[in-house]
Amino acid sequence: MEFAELIKTPRADKAVLHRPFHLAVEGTLCLTGHHLIFSSRQRDNAEELWLLHSNIDSIEKRFVGSLGTIVIKCKDLRIIQLDIPGMEECLNIASSIEALSTLDSVTLMYPFFYRPMFEVLEDGWSSFLLEQEFELLSSVSDEWRLSCVNKEFSVCPSSPPVVIVPKSVDDDALRKVALFRHGGRFPVLSYYHKKNGMAMLRSSQPLTGTNGRRCKEDEKLINATLRSGRRGFVIDTRPLSVAQQARARGGGFEQEVHYPQWRRIHKYIERFHILQESFIKLVEACNDQSHNMDRWLSKLEASNWLTHVKELLTAACLAAQCIDREGASVLVHGGEGTDSTLQVTSLAQIILDPRCRTIRGFEALVVREWLQAGHPFQQRCAQSAYSNSKQKWESPVFLLFLECVWQIHRQFPCSFEFSEQFLILLFEHAYASQFGTFLGNNENERAKLKLPQKTMSLWSWVNRPEELGRFENPLYEANSLVIWPSVAPQSLQLWEGVFLRWNRPSKFLEEAEAERINIIRYNKELQAKVSVLRRELAEMEAEQEVQE
Amino acid sequence: MEHIRMPKVENVRLLDRLSSRRAVVGTLYLTATHVIFVENGSETRKETWVLHSQISSIEKQATTATGCPLLIRCKNFQVIQLVIPQERDCHDVYISLIRLARPVKYEELYCFSFNPKLGKEEREQGWKLVDLNEEYNRMGVPNNYWQISDVNRDYGVCDSYPTEVYVPKSATAHIIVGSSKFRSRRRFPALSYYCKGNNASICRSSQPLSGFSARCLEDEQMLQAIRKANPGSDFIYVVDTRPKLNAMANRAAGKGYENEDNYSNIKFQFIGIENIHVMRNSLQKMLEVCELKSPSMSDFLWGLENSGWLKHIKAIMDAGIFIAKAVAEEGVSVLVHCSDGWDRTAQVCSVASLLLDPYYRTMKGFMVLIEKDWVSFGHKFNHRYGNLDGDPKEISPVIDQFIECVWQLMEQFPCAFEFNERFLIHIQHHIYSCQFGNFLCNSQKERRELKIRERTYSLWAHLWKNRADYLNPVYRSDHSQTQGTLHPQIAPCNFLYKFWSGMYNRFEKGLHPRQSVTDYLMAVKEETQQLEEELEVLQERLANLQKSQSGDNKVKSKQQDRSEQFGLYTSSNSLANTPQEYSKDLKSFPSWSPSQGDEDSALILTQDNLKSSDPDLSANSDQESGVEDLSCRSPSGGGCLPSEDSGKDSDEAVFLAG
Repeated sequence: MEFAELIKTPRADKAVLHRPFHLAVEGTLCLTGHHLIFSSRQRDNAEELWLLHSNIDSIEKRFVGSLGTIVIKCKDLRIIQLDIPGMEECLNIASSIEALSTLDSVTLMYPFFYRPMFEVLEDGWSSFLLEQEFELLSSVSDEWRLSCVNKEFSVCPSSPPVVIVPKSVDDDALRKVALFRHGGRFPVLSYYHKKNGMAMLRSSQPLTGTNGRRCKEDEKLINATLRSGRRGFVIDTRPLSVAQQARARGGGFEQEVHYPQWRRIHKYIERFHILQESFIKLVEACNDQSHNMDRWLSKLEASNWLTHVKELLTAACLAAQCIDREGASVLVHGGEGTDSTLQVTSLAQIILDPRCRTIRGFEALVVREWLQAGHPFQQRCAQSAYSNSKQKWESPVFLLFLECVWQIHRQFPCSFEFSEQFLILLFEHAYASQFGTFLGNNENERAKLKLPQKTMSLWSWVNRPEELGRFENPLYEANSLVIWPSVAPQSLQLWEGVFLRWNRPSKFLEEAEAERINIIRYNKELQAKVSVLRRELAEMEAEQEVQE
Repeated sequence: MEHIRMPKVENVRLLDRLSSRRAVVGTLYLTATHVIFVENGSETRKETWVLHSQISSIEKQATTATGCPLLIRCKNFQVIQLVIPQERDCHDVYISLIRLARPVKYEELYCFSFNPKLGKEEREQGWKLVDLNEEYNRMGVPNNYWQISDVNRDYGVCDSYPTEVYVPKSATAHIIVGSSKFRSRRRFPALSYYCKGNNASICRSSQPLSGFSARCLEDEQMLQAIRKANPGSDFIYVVDTRPKLNAMANRAAGKGYENEDNYSNIKFQFIGIENIHVMRNSLQKMLEVCELKSPSMSDFLWGLENSGWLKHIKAIMDAGIFIAKAVAEEGVSVLVHCSDGWDRTAQVCSVASLLLDPYYRTMKGFMVLIEKDWVSFGHKFNHRYGNLDGDPKEISPVIDQFIECVWQLMEQFPCAFEFNERFLIHIQHHIYSCQFGNFLCNSQKERRELKIRERTYSLWAHLWKNRADYLNPVYRSDHSQTQGTLHPQIAPCNFLYKFWSGMYNRFEKGLHPRQSVTDYLMAVKEETQQLEEELEVLQERLANLQKSQSGDNKVKSKQQDRSEQFGLYTSSNSLANTPQEYSKDLKSFPSWSPSQGDEDSALILTQDNLKSSDPDLSANSDQESGVEDLSCRSPSGGGCLPSEDSGKDSDEAVFLAG
C-alpha cells in the first residue's frame, strides 16, 4: 500500500498551532506517511513539531465558517489544536490523519521504515538475554537450569523460547505442567533472592476445573523451590470468588489438599476495561477546566486510579515481604499470567533488588518481566485515554506499573539511577515509537515479524552515552537495601509528570531540577579537581623527599 | 507543680498509631512543663517529650483487659496513644493533664521558665533581630506620601494596634480618630505594604460600622487619602475578604461594608473566605481523615474533599493573588478588611506581600512578615491558639492556613524561597509551644505590659542561629524565581493544591518519603564548600612547593579522603528497612475477646496471624475460609514512632527531630 493514497492534501499553509502554555504559532502543516509536521518557518526562531501518526489517539474537527479546526489528542495525553483555513483542506487533512493513525497492519508501522541517524554501539535486541541472567544466577545457586522446551513456541506461545526452571524438573515434566496451566504458561523463575535463596515464580492459573484436577508434575515443580520443612505463598491476583468462578471455565487455583506446603493469598488487582475506564476518567479530570476545588478531588476519587495504584503496590509489597521477611518462596499468578502477575513480580523486584533500580537493571527488568514474559503490548497499548474504540483488550497495565515505580521513586528519591523522565520515556514508547521494541504481543510474534532484523531497538538508542545522560537521576547513591514504600493514601500522589504534564506550568519545576543537577555537578567537578591536586602535591612532596 | 497528682507511672505502653502491633513499654513522667515518655530498654531509652501547651485534647477511653487507654492530641498534630495499666493512675494522669494543658495565667507558660542559657545581652540582641522600623524603611516609608503617626502612642485610639502605624500624609489625626470611631474595634485603615516601584500600597482595617445607611466623613476622607497617596491611580480597591452573605448579615448589627456610593473612587470587591468557626471545623474534619486507621484511597480523598480544607486554602490564595495583581500589575492600592481585621485580613495581606516582594521569601524577611502582619497588628494569638484556658470557640487555625499557603507556593515555585519546609513546620510548632515569647498574648499592648522582651526569649533569634537547618538548597538569590512578583497559575489550578502530609501527618514518619532531597542536597552543598576551601589550600601549597624547590616550607599532606570524611547523607536509609502493614484486612478477623476494643483484638490477632504463618506451627486446617486474610507481616517494629520533641532545655533536641 502506498501511504500517498491516504494523503489527499499533503500540505496546508497558514495553519495555526495552539498548545497550552504556548503562544499560538502560524506555520505550514505537512503530512507524510508517518508524521504530522508543523513548521513555523519564522526566520529567527523556527519551531517544528513532529508528531507520529501512531501517537494520535483521537481527532475531532470543527468548523467556523471556512476556518476548520482539528483537535488532536495524543496517546501521550497531549492535546493540540490546529486551525486550517479552507474547508476542503481541513477535511482532507483530518481524514488523512484518521486513516494514517489507525493503520491496522503492524508491518506498516513506522519502526519498519525508521532509519536511525545514529551509530549503533550496542544492538539492544541482544542486550538482555536470559542466558546472561542465568549465568549470574548460576554463580549463587545450582538449583536451576535453562530449559529450551519452548524453543519453537510449541509448549507455550506467549512464553519466551528459553526459561529458567528448577533443575530437578525435566522438559517432559514441563510439557505436562504446561497442559495443566492456562495458555501453557507453566511456572518459571521470575526472581531469585540472593540474600536468603528464596525464589519468586510466575505462571498462569492451574486448570483444576470443577472436579479438582491435579498435576503431580506441577506440584513437584513448585515444591522444588521450597526449602525442606518450609512453606511457600501463592499470591493470586484475583479475589477468591473470581478464582472460584474460574473453575467453571476450566481454570481454578491451587487447592490445599494438593499443595499442603503452600498458603494462598488472594490480593485483588483490577484489570482490563475497569482499569482502562479508570484511566480515561482520570485524564478527563486532569483536563477539566473548571475552577471548582471540590470537583477536582471528587473526580480524582471517582476515577479510582489511585486506588489501583495503592492495591497494586500493596500486593507487590506483600510478595516482597513474603520473600524477604518470611523467608518463603512465592508463586504469583492471576488468570492468564500476562498482566497483573507481571505487575506484581516486577514491582516486587524493584523493592527487593537494588540492581533493578539502575538504568540497565530496569531495562533488563522490563525486557524480562514484560516483553519476554509475554505482556501483550500491542493489544494493551493500541489506544490511550482519548480513544473511543473501547476494545476490551486495551488496558494501561504497563502504565500502572510505571506509575507504581514512580511512587516508590518519589519515596526513595536517592535510590534510583534513573529519573522520572526515563519512566515517562517508556510510557511514550510503549504507546507510539520509532523503535520496534514494544511491537507485537510476545516473543513468538516478534520472531515472526523479524523485529530484531527489521527494526531498531529502543535500547540501542537510549543506552548511548549522549542519550543516557538525560535520564540519569542526579541524586542517585547506590542503596543495597530492600526499600519498603508506604502505601498509605497520604503517601501516594498523582503522577503529575504524566497526567498533568501538558496542563501545568512546568517551567519552575524544571528550573528546580536544573538547580539540583548544577549543585551535584559542581560538587563532582570540585571532587575531581581536589583529587588531582592532592595527587600532584603528594608526588611533588615525594620527589622532594627523594632529593633530600 | 501542685497540679501534678501523679508524677510518674511505670509500665505504660505507647502505641504506634499506624500499627497497633508496634507498642513500646516505658515510664511516663509528668513535669511542670512536659509529659515525658521514656522507653524501657537499655540501649536507646528513646524519649518522647510533649509540652503541656501543645496538648489540645485528652481523651480517656474505656478500660480494657490490658489497661486504660489515654489519647492525647496535640496542636502540632501529634497524636499519642498511651495505655496505663491501672485505671486509677490513668485517671490521675488525666486529671493532672487537663489542668496542666489549660494554664490560666501567662506566667504558667513555658517561656517564663525556659532558659536557653543565654546572657541578658544575647537575649536583647535576639529581640532586636526583627525590627519593624527598619522594615518600613526598607519598603521606602516614610516618604512624600506616607508618614508615621503617633496618634496611637499610648494605645489610646486602638488597643489592638501597634503604637507606631503608617498612614497617608494627608490623613490628619482628626481624620484618623474619626475613621477609627467608624470601624470595628477602632481598627482604622493603616499601611501594611508599600510598593516602592509604583507607589501602590496595601492597607488594612476592620469593617466599617455602616449598618444599613450610616456614613462617616472622616472615614471617607481616610480612604480618599489612601488613594491620593498613590498619584498614579484614580481609584482604590476595597477588598472585603468575607463571603457577601456574612458581610450583609453584619449590617443588621450596625457593622457591614463600604457603600460604593458614599466613597468616591473605590471599587468594592468581596472575596469569600469563611470565618474562623468554619475553618476550625474544616481542620477538625481533615484531621479526622488523617487519623483514620488504614484508610482506603477513597476514604482519604473523599474525606479530604468533604473537609473543604483545600478549598479554603485556595480561597485565601486567590485573595492574595488578586491583591498582588492589583498592586503589581494595575498599580492600584488596596484596602483589605474582614470583620475585625485580624484574621482573614492578616492572612490575605501577608500572602499578597509574599507574592509581591522577594524579601519576604527569605528567612529573615519571612520573620519580619509574620512580625508585621500578624504580631504587631494584633492577631489574637492567645485566643486563636488556646495558649491560656479560654473560649474554645475562639480557637481557629488562622496562621496555620497562612503557613500552608506558603508551603503550597513553595511546591509551585521550588526555587523562590530561601527557607525549606522544616522552617515552616517549626514556626507552626512554636506558635503553639509557648516556649518563646513572640506569640504570647493578643496584642502588642499586652505583651509590653507583660514585659515579654525582658522575661522571655525570641524565637527568631533561635531559628536564625540554626538557619543552616532551614535553608532551601535550590534557592539562589540571583535566580529568576527569586526576582519580582510571583504569578501562581490561576486556572485551571485545582490540582496544584495538595494535601500537606509533612505538616498534618508530621509525626507519622512512615508516611513520608524515606529519603529527603533537601537534606541530601544540603549535605552535598556543605561538602562542596569544604572542597572549595581545600582546593584553595591545595593550590596555595602547590604554588609554594613550586616556588621553593629547596623544600623550606614543606607541609605534610593530609592523607584521608575528604569525601569519606564528610560522609554524604545516607542515614535516611535506616527507615528503608521496615515494611509497613500491607494488609488492610485486620478488622475482618473475628474478635478475639468481646471485652476488647478493635485495637487490642487487632493487636493480638496480628501476633496470632504471625504465628500461623510460621510453618512450624501450621496445624491450621481452616485454610480455605481465612485464606485471603493470611497476609504475612514482619515482626520487626520501630521506625514510625513519634520523634522526641520540643522544649528540652538543650535547644538541639527541639528541632533536629522535627
